[in-house]
Amino acid sequence: MQTILSIAIDAFAYGMALFIICIGLSLTMGLMRVVNLAHGAFAMIAGYIASYAARDLGLGYAVAIFLAIIGTVIISIPIERLLYRRIYGKPELIQVLMTIGITFCVIGITNYFFGPTLKTIPLPGSLSQPVDIGFKTIAAHRLFVMACGGVVAGGLWFLIERTDFGIKLRATVDNAAMADALGVRTQVVYAISFAIAIGLAALGGVVGAEFLPIEPYYALRYMVTFLVVVSVGGAGSIPGAVVACLLLGAVDTTGRYLMPEFGNFFFYAAVIAIVCVFPRGFFGRAQ
Amino acid sequence: MQVIAQTESVAAAPSTGSRWLRDVTGVILIIAAGLAGYWLFPDNLALLTRVIAIALLVLSIDLITGYCGVATLGQAALFGAGAYAAGIACVNGVTEPLTLIVIGAVAGSAAGLLMGTIMLRAHGLAQLVLSIAIVQLFHEAANKASAYTGGSDGLAGLTVSPLFGVFEFDLWGQTAYLFGLALLVVVFVVLKFIVSSPFGMLCRGIKQDPIRIRAMGSFVFPVLLKMFVISGAVAGMGGALAAISTQVVGLDSVSFELSANALVMLVLGGLGTLYGALVGTVIFMGFEHIVSSINPFHWMTMVGALLIAVVIAAPGGLSGVLERISGSGRGKKGGRA
Repeated sequence: MQTILSIAIDAFAYGMALFIICIGLSLTMGLMRVVNLAHGAFAMIAGYIASYAARDLGLGYAVAIFLAIIGTVIISIPIERLLYRRIYGKPELIQVLMTIGITFCVIGITNYFFGPTLKTIPLPGSLSQPVDIGFKTIAAHRLFVMACGGVVAGGLWFLIERTDFGIKLRATVDNAAMADALGVRTQVVYAISFAIAIGLAALGGVVGAEFLPIEPYYALRYMVTFLVVVSVGGAGSIPGAVVACLLLGAVDTTGRYLMPEFGNFFFYAAVIAIVCVFPRGFFGRAQ
Repeated sequence: MQVIAQTESVAAAPSTGSRWLRDVTGVILIIAAGLAGYWLFPDNLALLTRVIAIALLVLSIDLITGYCGVATLGQAALFGAGAYAAGIACVNGVTEPLTLIVIGAVAGSAAGLLMGTIMLRAHGLAQLVLSIAIVQLFHEAANKASAYTGGSDGLAGLTVSPLFGVFEFDLWGQTAYLFGLALLVVVFVVLKFIVSSPFGMLCRGIKQDPIRIRAMGSFVFPVLLKMFVISGAVAGMGGALAAISTQVVGLDSVSFELSANALVMLVLGGLGTLYGALVGTVIFMGFEHIVSSINPFHWMTMVGALLIAVVIAAPGGLSGVLERISGSGRGKKGGRA
């Protein structure tokens, strides 16, 4: 029983960390129709910034997260203007090629400046100690990740479904030319949603560093995981991403706990099964 | 009578005659380039043989991505199936190289049948993800079945008997290279026939508009599945060639990285032309070899920059650029583009 509980808690926390990173990718893929394989590269950049701020400069965890998000978004702005603008609306294969190229560049540059070693982001005392929740003690960091995931999911739902910006965003997604004609500045909408997606990747990269350790090949190693989760959930759907992250997180964590020698076997077997049954993902839109 | 014959030959010339001429010239160019590599780089024959093996893999991707429009990031599963089948057969006493190539082709087409059956259920992004999942599953399976595949140590100790009982696979890789070159030329010619056959035209039609093809009364799924099997045979031969020439089969031959690199080579060279696949492979692997020997830490950055440059400057791949140049040249002369 204790084993099941601890697996469940780890799986839930891992799924939430995955969710924070992947929901950004889901937004770019579902709403902006860009297959952004470089999404993980931005999460990695954020991890490096946070690690530098918290470990080398000795700043607090919260400050490190804040700096990481701001820094990554600032780095992403010229990349969006110079490179991503060119591939909006292009065929998927071109987008895949361009974003793999960006990923390779980011990995090469990171490797050059920071070296191939693993970077840690030291947790503050309040997050590193266990917390008693009545029937079980769990690491405070796990609770923090779950809380972050909940806040992100709720906040995004509110932003897309309940605000003025959300209406403009959905209008742009449905018919960019018509929205433009009606006075929505689609370029601005795209830029803001790209920044939000990158900010979420940054947050997820820092918060999830305990599960997905920060190192130069991070961007390539988890690129496939992120892409798989998004397409299983259905690109652009928040509930889809939640379900996919929790389910695949649970499959992955359980497989690793109980049969570690099989590696990723169960994860990908589950993916094939799910995609065969739901070819558009759990909550994907009909195309 | 003579006049009629003349007009007939003139009318037929641009459609079939010039195409024949072009294809024969192309094959001769490939052979010439291959032999030039043999004379110019006698110390790098192992690398050149590797280029040929990868070129077969890239050709196989071109068949399903370039001609059928099914994007895949998991083609290394078929390449690896061929490599492991040939390797396991070789360790168990089947050492005749041509038989090994056939075994690789059969294993590759069986894997292609399986992969096609699964992948063709989905469309678009889900299809791409399925291909990734399949190659990762193959990777885990090869890793897990270490009794047969050697697991992460790789399958070593392949000793291939001499080709036709005469030409031994020597240390410098001369036999392996010439054998690989001959294999590549044969496969290339066969594929050229396949893609210009009615079946190949049907595949191209499906790529452009599957719904219309269905409305015309053709079945889409069996045609695509057939192409998957052919593509698997080509990829499997590439894997078997790699196994024969390096005498070892590693886990990297069923990796996502290999699939992604091969797709990149294809797009670099140009989708939907067999020449593009060859050109892309040679340029990518040559570039990688040169950059990584100058500075091993920077090759990833350089390859990334190359990719970005290709997308910005030549979205149709390098053969697209050539076509545009020759097309504009022909346009000036007033001929058909």
